Formats: sequence, structure tokens, C-alpha cells
Amino acid sequence: MYLPDFDYHSPESIDEALSLLANLGSGAKVLAGGTDLLHKMKQGDLAPKALVSLKGLDKLKGINYVEGRGVVIGALSTQNDILYSEVLAKKYPSVSHAAKKMASNQIRHLGTVGGNIVNAVPSADLPPILIALGASITLVSTSGKREMALEEFFVEPASSVINEGEILTEIVIPDGDLTGSSYHKFGLRRSGALAVVGVAASARVAGGVIEEARIVCASSAPKVIRTPKAEAFLAGKSPAPEVLEELQAIVESEVRPRDSIRGSAEYRRNLAGVLAKRALVDAVESGHGLPAED
Amino acid sequence: MNTIEDKEGVKRYMLSLTVNGDPHTVVVKANTTLSQVLRNELALTGTKQGCELGDCGSCTVLMDGKPVNSCMVLALEAEGHEVTTIEGVAEGAKLSDLQESFVNHGAVQCGYCSPGMVLSAKALLKRNPHPTELEVREAISGNLCRCTGYVHIVEAILAVSEGRTTPPEETNAGGEA
Repeated sequence: MYLPDFDYHSPESIDEALSLLANLGSGAKVLAGGTDLLHKMKQGDLAPKALVSLKGLDKLKGINYVEGRGVVIGALSTQNDILYSEVLAKKYPSVSHAAKKMASNQIRHLGTVGGNIVNAVPSADLPPILIALGASITLVSTSGKREMALEEFFVEPASSVINEGEILTEIVIPDGDLTGSSYHKFGLRRSGALAVVGVAASARVAGGVIEEARIVCASSAPKVIRTPKAEAFLAGKSPAPEVLEELQAIVESEVRPRDSIRGSAEYRRNLAGVLAKRALVDAVESGHGLPAED
Repeated sequence: MNTIEDKEGVKRYMLSLTVNGDPHTVVVKANTTLSQVLRNELALTGTKQGCELGDCGSCTVLMDGKPVNSCMVLALEAEGHEVTTIEGVAEGAKLSDLQESFVNHGAVQCGYCSPGMVLSAKALLKRNPHPTELEVREAISGNLCRCTGYVHIVEAILAVSEGRTTPPEETNAGGEA
């Protein structure tokens, strides 16, 4: 299977990459892991005139804890870098767990966290848990740099607020007082399957009472979404059975799933409610650790 | 990266990479994948091309020791990297323990998935010399096999992790059918 023709550029610095993108304009695409981009090009959905490879930009790699900032994840970190990161294993195993649920080992060695975000598909596995943890991102271009909350990045399927000529450089999970988080994904297989629905939860719990919670749903709307009504409802509650039943109903009222080959809208609506309960219970009971089922 | 432009204006790139310990330099167009270079330029046809979309794993090679789908890697992205294909697994004419074990366990049927399976297993045992059955199954979950049902493949890999290349001795050999 042949890819369409294109010119290839491999800049050695971020500045060089940004000026290349600025000069090449709309015909150029950024190449990170390539697992989505090359797939689209092979399928004939995209035929960029040029690819600007980020592979030489070592500054965009690595996962580190930086005092005063939090966990800083370089956008070129692969999904397996996330899965095997000692920093994340210590601070947020829930994020590593979400990476483990993705694709296959071979794809996880190529695909990057930046690519998973910039592709902006509603079924992406890393954005829900990152949004639940309040992550922010940094976008740079020749005209400067901007930071924003990850949850403000997505617009609709395959669409985000990123501008032509911009590169996502890093993701930061800020230090905070959240006491737990988890991600629950349901796919049609254990491996190599996109989420039928994925739900991440985070919580700040004190004395058995939820002071603050986030519920973030993938494959449940045209983009990864938070569920503000459910989050407001949970404040001040403990995860008693009747609270969880009501949580499910509220989440089901807030998601906007569609029918697709992976599941009907009705099925997905129900699944989002069920997974929200499970994710919340794990976030409350297991801290940032791995869910009991795994 | 050095480029050459021909009369028609087609651009080609000089690519240097190491395959099975041998340094190679080849001239490729940008749209060439790593699997195409291995098979067509270097005649290493042990790497198979199946789905060519990163799903089936038959094109699996190790890049710096990590399994990747070589159909989803631009050849130019392998610049400066060390690639191991199935041709680089045996020690000369002697099969590696994993290959020997695959043969002895009947883990090879049509053989199309076998190169990728062996390389995924090799990377697993390097990272984790004593995996559980679940860890073996997870490690090869990106390698599809339509013949074996995976059971003998999993047994072959677990055997090597226990220092064997043959199945355990049958306890009722010669006994009742």
C-alpha cells in the first residue's frame, strides 16, 4: 500500500519546525507518531504536500515532575512512555492505566500523547483522565505561545482550537488536592478496540464526603465532555448506593451519544451512566491507583 | 538529510539505518514505509505486509528493541535507529530458543504471523523474563493469528520463560488412548 507523495522535513529545533510550518502553510502536516496521520493518508483521506517530522525534537520528549508545576508530559511521549513512566506510576497510575487500554503494544510504541489529543477524536482514551486531573496544554507558533485547559481544546469530531502552524508541546497535570482518579473503558475487545464509551472520574474526598468531583466522558458526545450537572450533584455527597443511582441518571441525561457501528446511542447512554458509577467509586476508594478489576 | 532531485523533479532522500547489526544506506522517496525498504530494498522478506494499516502485526519489527508496525513507520523516521527483523533473530544457522520453541510447540501453521509473533515475544522476554500467561497474551495482542487459536503460541513463549523449548513430557505417554 503506497502513501501519496509528499516532501519530508525533519527540523532539529522547535523554532525551525515552527518557521517551516509557517512557510509551508496549509499544505503541511505535523508528523509525530504517525499512527493516525499515515493511516488517513493510506486510506486516501489526506494528501498533505509536506510532512514536518518532530522526531528530532528531544525537548518534546520525557515525563517529569517539576516542583511548582506538577507532572510535565512532553507531547512526543509515546503511549508506552506513559504506560511505563515511573513518575506517573508514583503520582497517577490512573493515567498509565488509561494508556494500557489503548491500541496494541506496537502502536503504543509509536503513537504519542500529543497526537492522541490533537487528533481530537471523541473516543480518545487519554483526554478524559487528563481533563479529570485538570491538565493544561501549551501550544506554540511563530507568533508566541498560549496555555489553556485541555477541556477547552476540543470543538467537535476531528476539530480543535489549534491553529495552522501551531504545535502542541506539553501537557501539565498540576499539583492539586484531588485524592483519587480512574478511567473505565468499555471496548468490543480487550485489545485494539476504540472505546464504545470511556469515562474518567476524579474526586477530592475528606472524611468520606466528596468535596469536589469531575466526571469526563469519551465516545459520549461529539467531543470529550465533562458532565457539570453530575459534578455539581456529587459535591457534599458520599458514594452511597442511592447517590450512585442518581449519578447514573444525571450522567445519562447529560451525554449526547450517537449511533455507530460500535454501539447504539441508547446503549452508549446507559453505558456512560454505568461506567461513571464505577469510575467514581474507584476514584473515591482506590485513590489514583489501579481499579480493582485489573 | 541529503536529497537528490531527478530530471522530473522527484525528490529522493539518503537514509542511513542499521538493520540486524549491519549499517545500510538506501535512497528512498519520502512516501516509502519501513516495511517497503526492508522487503524491497534490503530483500528481507521475512517481514510480512498484511493489513498495512497497523492492525494485524505481521510487519512487526524491533526499532531500538521495541516492537513497532513497520507499515506505519516512514522509512525516513528510522534514520539513525537500530532495526531488528526476523532474519536477525537466529544466531547464525542456529535458531533462537524462541524460534525453536515455536517449532516444537506447533505454534507455526501457515507462518504468516510468525515473524511478528517471535519479535513481539522477544521484546516481551527482554523486558519481563518471567511473564504470566496474561502478560504474554497482552504482549502479542497486536499480532493476529488466524490459524493456531494462539494456545500453542502462548505455550511456546511461556516455555522459553521457564528455560524450555519443548512441551512438558506427556505423563501418560504410551498409556490408554
